[in-house]
Amino acid sequence: MTQPHDYDSIPGTYVYDAERGRIGYPLNMFCMSLNKAENRRAFRENEAAYLDRFTLTAEQRRTVLERDWLGMLKVGGNIYYTIKIAFCDGLTFQDVAGMMSGVPKETYAKMMLAGGRSADGNRYTDAVDAAKDK
Amino acid sequence: MAKIVAGIACSHVPAIGVAMDKGQTATAYWEPLFKGYEPARDWLAKLAPDVAIIVYNDHANAFSLEIIPTFLIGVADRFPIADEGFGPRPVPVVQGHSELAWHLAESLILDEFDMTIANEMPVDHGLTVPLSVTCGQPAAWPFKVIPLCVNVVQYPPPTGARCFKLGQAIARAIEKFPQELRVVIYGTGGMSHQLQGERAGLINRQFDTAFLDNLTKDPLSLTRISHTEYMREAGSEGVEMVMWHVMRGALGENASEVYRHYHVPASNTAAALMILDNRSGA
Repeated sequence: MTQPHDYDSIPGTYVYDAERGRIGYPLNMFCMSLNKAENRRAFRENEAAYLDRFTLTAEQRRTVLERDWLGMLKVGGNIYYTIKIAFCDGLTFQDVAGMMSGVPKETYAKMMLAGGRSADGNRYTDAVDAAKDK
Repeated sequence: MAKIVAGIACSHVPAIGVAMDKGQTATAYWEPLFKGYEPARDWLAKLAPDVAIIVYNDHANAFSLEIIPTFLIGVADRFPIADEGFGPRPVPVVQGHSELAWHLAESLILDEFDMTIANEMPVDHGLTVPLSVTCGQPAAWPFKVIPLCVNVVQYPPPTGARCFKLGQAIARAIEKFPQELRVVIYGTGGMSHQLQGERAGLINRQFDTAFLDNLTKDPLSLTRISHTEYMREAGSEGVEMVMWHVMRGALGENASEVYRHYHVPASNTAAALMILDNRSGA
């Protein structure tokens, strides 16, 4: 069991800390391998076979094959690493950000143009703490 | 004697580099951002520094999770441009200043900052985007560069206070370097942004404005911001702003703001550029 952290109360945020670093290492190192053009080619040709080269858990594997971007973060993915899968797919950071926050690309882009997601109302998960959040 | 003549704070959003590389800076989306960079480029060109220390973080390019240096200094004569997963940026190779970099490495370690030393490393957008932002698209970069990497990817990054003290140690080391060199120091990353999770897209203009104001008004108060406060107020990736404290710590108390530009959005990020003149003495 991991120690509680003061950042656990930040909503919709997966801090890449010791615990995630511990479980996420193989997943992120697979992502890292996609920095090489020949590996990107091999991954595109046969994703499942390419993933066999790494010791991913079944759930980590699923999140990659299904491009479950939020799911990847929950099983130890780090966004700077998982984004390499997106680049390999020809997606941008903003495409993936939209998918993680559960809105269509256009809605997300419009939110950013309007000044981004407000911090107000988005600081705490806890309803009690939410009173502080303005 | 070498001297730090200016500090530059600059966001390093990869999309800014892509927009320049693809010639999209005049589009309606990008024009307001790039327009605001022009006065800073003119100012820096007139200043004509010899060397820039660029404090930045690598984004899983030169380094992976295999080894995670908290503070690292690049001591090579040249640094190739990294392939970040979509081919290297079409920008000039970065020329290092090996002699000054080794002097810094020695001085900092003896001053109790235990630097990792890199003889070979590619540099990614964290370093090249601030160069592009402040120098445009020259055939060769107009000054030599010493990369100084800070881990902000694996939690926890070094504290803001520690980063500030590293900056102070850099200033002490620069003063002891016997060559006549005019040095600028860049603190890069930020400002508010969150790239991950359901809360992706968070921007906090109020936090950013106060931060920019306090870089001259009360920089020490900024060094007391905790990692959790950065993440809660400025987004999980807003914690990159600890790197600005290395830059600020390297400047004198009386460093003055000569230019500021702030724009939302650059992709998912609030992008800022600030120049602090350090020629007035401490």
